[in-house]
Amino acid sequence: MTTNAPTQPPTAPPMGRKKKVRGIEGARAWQAFWLLLPTLIAIALVAGFPLYRTIFFSAQEANLTTPDQATFIGFQNFWFTTAEGIGLGFMQDPQWWTAVRNTLIFTVFSVALETVFGMIIALVVNSAFAGRSFLRTAMLVPWAIPTVVSAQMWAYMYNDSFGLIGQGVLGGQALLADSGTAIWAMIAVDVWKTTSFMALLILAGLQSLPGDMYEAADMDGASKWTQFWRMTLPLLRPALLVALVFRSLDALRVFDIMYVMLGANVAASTSMTGYARQQLIDNQLLGTGSAVSVAIFIIIMAIVVIYVTAFRVKFD
Amino acid sequence: MKKAIALVSLTAAIAASSQAGAVQITLACGTVGQELQLCKDGAARWAKKTGNTVKVFESPNLTNDRLGLYQQQLAAKSDAIDVYQLDIIWPGLLSQHFVDLKSKIPAAEVNAHFKGIIAADTVDGKLVAMPWFTDAGLLYYRTDLMKKYGYNAAPKTWAELATMAKKIQDGEKKTSSTFTGFVFQGKNYEGLTCDALEWLVSFGGGTVVDDSGKITVNNANAAKAMDTAASWVKSISPAGVTTYGEEEARGIFQSGNAAFMRNWPYAWALGQSDDSKVKGKIGVAPLPSGGNGAAATLGGWNLGVSMYSKNQAAAIDLVRYLTGADEQKVRAIEGAYNPTRPALYKDQAILKANPFFGSLLDVFTSAVARPSGPTKLKYNQVSQAFAGAVSDVMAGKSKGAAAVKKLETDLARIKGRGW
Repeated sequence: MTTNAPTQPPTAPPMGRKKKVRGIEGARAWQAFWLLLPTLIAIALVAGFPLYRTIFFSAQEANLTTPDQATFIGFQNFWFTTAEGIGLGFMQDPQWWTAVRNTLIFTVFSVALETVFGMIIALVVNSAFAGRSFLRTAMLVPWAIPTVVSAQMWAYMYNDSFGLIGQGVLGGQALLADSGTAIWAMIAVDVWKTTSFMALLILAGLQSLPGDMYEAADMDGASKWTQFWRMTLPLLRPALLVALVFRSLDALRVFDIMYVMLGANVAASTSMTGYARQQLIDNQLLGTGSAVSVAIFIIIMAIVVIYVTAFRVKFD
Repeated sequence: MKKAIALVSLTAAIAASSQAGAVQITLACGTVGQELQLCKDGAARWAKKTGNTVKVFESPNLTNDRLGLYQQQLAAKSDAIDVYQLDIIWPGLLSQHFVDLKSKIPAAEVNAHFKGIIAADTVDGKLVAMPWFTDAGLLYYRTDLMKKYGYNAAPKTWAELATMAKKIQDGEKKTSSTFTGFVFQGKNYEGLTCDALEWLVSFGGGTVVDDSGKITVNNANAAKAMDTAASWVKSISPAGVTTYGEEEARGIFQSGNAAFMRNWPYAWALGQSDDSKVKGKIGVAPLPSGGNGAAATLGGWNLGVSMYSKNQAAAIDLVRYLTGADEQKVRAIEGAYNPTRPALYKDQAILKANPFFGSLLDVFTSAVARPSGPTKLKYNQVSQAFAGAVSDVMAGKSKGAAAVKKLETDLARIKGRGW
């Protein structure tokens, strides 16, 4: 880009040894390139290569225990109907679509609830009162507990014969036994766990708002309600959108809550990643599992692109 | 200074000698019930005898999770684990990663085990693993409650079980609100495949896929078996039974909150332990019949030596020790783990600890194998589809007849071009 720097003298000699001729900006560009090179190599190794392998295996018929015996089958892992009319591709498996639907329900409701609750919490801890710093730290506790631990903890609480919620509150109702109620139980766990993270992101946005603006609004007689809708929310929009993108991505990739609380088989029809894991690990279908992973990657990419273009999110 | 040098050289000498003679073997043990403790004890006895050391690797509780972990280790050709504890349904799946024990262990020693289990452990003529303990589904019941409600024998049919469980449950609920009639493994996982296979076979509904690989599940008896199981949920079993594995069911039974339980033999010793609320009040019987005789699913665990182990000779010796008669006897007495050697079923000490072993020998020897043989590498998918279908019926999302029809289509899809 910067090779055609305007500082280049018009009397540049024709091609040949030209390094010096590029001028100071050209030299800087090269320097930057060399400084970036280690990072680029690291990214290629840790992100690029696994991604390449996943895409590679998505077009192969391969078994997890013998990945070296893979054979190329094109898009058959995604969609393939045999001569007898049997659909072998994972997109012909109704369980996959159940998993997609459940993941979307989970994402929409958990992120929406987290945003609302996160906003309320952030507004509360943003105002000055005694013990504010303690509250800010304390609210992060659910988020700091590893998800597998909190999921197991909630599974016990939901248990219908000894659980605090299942037996104590609901009187022996088994929330996790019925897929209709289980998804809401999952959403509750995720909201409990991640609201504080959402609150933290929103709080960071709130802190950057200028205080004198509110003083001026108070002088002008704007109500707190008007101040929130007309000032806080619009100014908070960039921070809020970044937080929303982050949380949506996390929720779409949700795995551990379902896996721990419902078990491998049910998780496979409740989350897309659970389905991918089941294909890849339980069924040893390295090809199909990779194809599912690629599909999840594409779905998440598409949703991010929609987010970013529709709301014009800026990440800087 | 001299002291320090002496100490250093002494330590070095000890380190060198221990490296030359003894080796460290890593053994992957299960952790259900007392399994882990017995595994550690057995390994320690071998270690003491041979001077080697054994590191015990704690595997996940549920068999599906365990398989996933093992496969990753094996696919990576990792030498981290030398001896694996293998489920009876895995040899076909994992055979290529295990040492052929046929040439390494004398034939007489191999033949001392149940023939059926040796056959299940043999894949294409290769003996993948040695039988460690066998398992079959059993019906546990509360002898005190049976007497209290006027019953003098365990139920012979599922209908009888339902009637008895209902009566006891209704009576006991007055004093204990969480009391329930019958608990079993209703969670959607491999355990449900085992339980449901027992229902199917006992109703004459076949084994889902027959020995020739034909899908047989779409029949009226299989549908009836599923509907019968569904009728238990929320009547004689708690709604949450569809989230219970082995340990959840045992927890409820052992705390005195259930009249009947379907579980594996290991639950016996734990139920008779001192901290058990039902100690001395447990009866064991074959599972009830649905009209086609009683059926128990064959379970059990085996020990195989990884091909990637660096100390195969010592690992094989450990397997031989653990599967030997003495060790199996200890495990039978302390943990009610069923020996895989028929000779041990006549052992007085074992029969004293587990009075039901002798009378239920038939159950253990004629247990029904899951269709892991004919479905080979796709067994897991078959099992998932089957457990999923049963789970749907139990959750009221589908009826037996519709479920077996859909299951047939799903299995055909899984079978694809062949098992």
